[in-house]
Amino acid sequence: MAKREISEINAGSMADIAFLLLIFFLVTTTMDTDTGLIRKLPPVLDEYTPPPPIKQRNIFEILVNANDQLLVEGEYIQVTELRAKAKEFIKSDPGNPNMPEFKDTEIPRLGLVPVSKQIISLQNDNGTSYEMYIKVQNELVAAYNELRNEFAQQKFQKSYQELVQQSKASDANKEKMKAVKKFYPQRISEAEPKKVGGSE
Amino acid sequence: MSKFRKKGKKGQPAVNTASLPDIVFMLLFFFMVTTVMRETSLKVENKTPKATEVSKLERKSLVAYIYIGKPIKSLQGAFGTAPRIQLNDAFKTLEDIPLFVDMEIEQRDPAEQNMITWSLKVDEKTKMGIVTEVKQELRKANALKLNYSTKKTDKITN
Repeated sequence: MAKREISEINAGSMADIAFLLLIFFLVTTTMDTDTGLIRKLPPVLDEYTPPPPIKQRNIFEILVNANDQLLVEGEYIQVTELRAKAKEFIKSDPGNPNMPEFKDTEIPRLGLVPVSKQIISLQNDNGTSYEMYIKVQNELVAAYNELRNEFAQQKFQKSYQELVQQSKASDANKEKMKAVKKFYPQRISEAEPKKVGGSE
Repeated sequence: MSKFRKKGKKGQPAVNTASLPDIVFMLLFFFMVTTVMRETSLKVENKTPKATEVSKLERKSLVAYIYIGKPIKSLQGAFGTAPRIQLNDAFKTLEDIPLFVDMEIEQRDPAEQNMITWSLKVDEKTKMGIVTEVKQELRKANALKLNYSTKKTDKITN
């Protein structure tokens, strides 16, 4: 009696099946990495403590109306001009009485340095579009980031971005990052919106 | 009469496709592992604005989403076109936010409960009125770490 060979299972269609599954997952997958502007809200203040007095020269006032127009320090400007203006203000100028004051602050790795007392005050209308609001926020964050980059480059020969990326790897970089952050602290205050002008 | 005969020219041999399933399986596993199924179905229009200074959200499990925008076309008949808040899978009102915050916190590991980022996915055409109200509610509920969801772009225009 001749030995019968066991016939092999035909695996030729395996590739087809795998392809089918592959295409299913290719179609359903969403590779959206979530990106966005990260902000911190201030905690609720109790009503009885009055806000600390702030000198007018230390405040950079931004108003946005219901028609998405910008009024910065009493001047009507376009959103593309905001970054340069904000940078100029945050940096401040020791000789100019209209620019923010300086306060000597002890910062590790930098020593005693004058830090400007700048505050950016942002007030928008209830009718302002969210798109405009994000644009303004973005420009302000960009202004801070650019200044921090310049400062970090000058002091540590590295941009702020690089310091942030390397901060997890080394403590020295983390300290440097913190020092830069302390030198240009992000102070953006959002006032309660006003209900003037514009329909909902 | 040599033992070694020169092989006659045969046509090009076919490419061996035996390893094709392996390659395809490898790709398949990659996509199976990386895929994230959408948990919520959007009920509001959601085209987020663009910005240049965006940063990535690191841990998805520590993000809670709040959607704001006008209802999608198919729901406009029932809900109108005024902007609405969507939490999880349903339209909600401002009063529901504190409860939503509490529930989201409860779901997380106790050690990570104060690390939750609240991602606001707001349609770019929405007016700030409703956004500010939501922000005030979040502030009252002590949910302070916000993320304004935006897409990355190289340059912003007027």
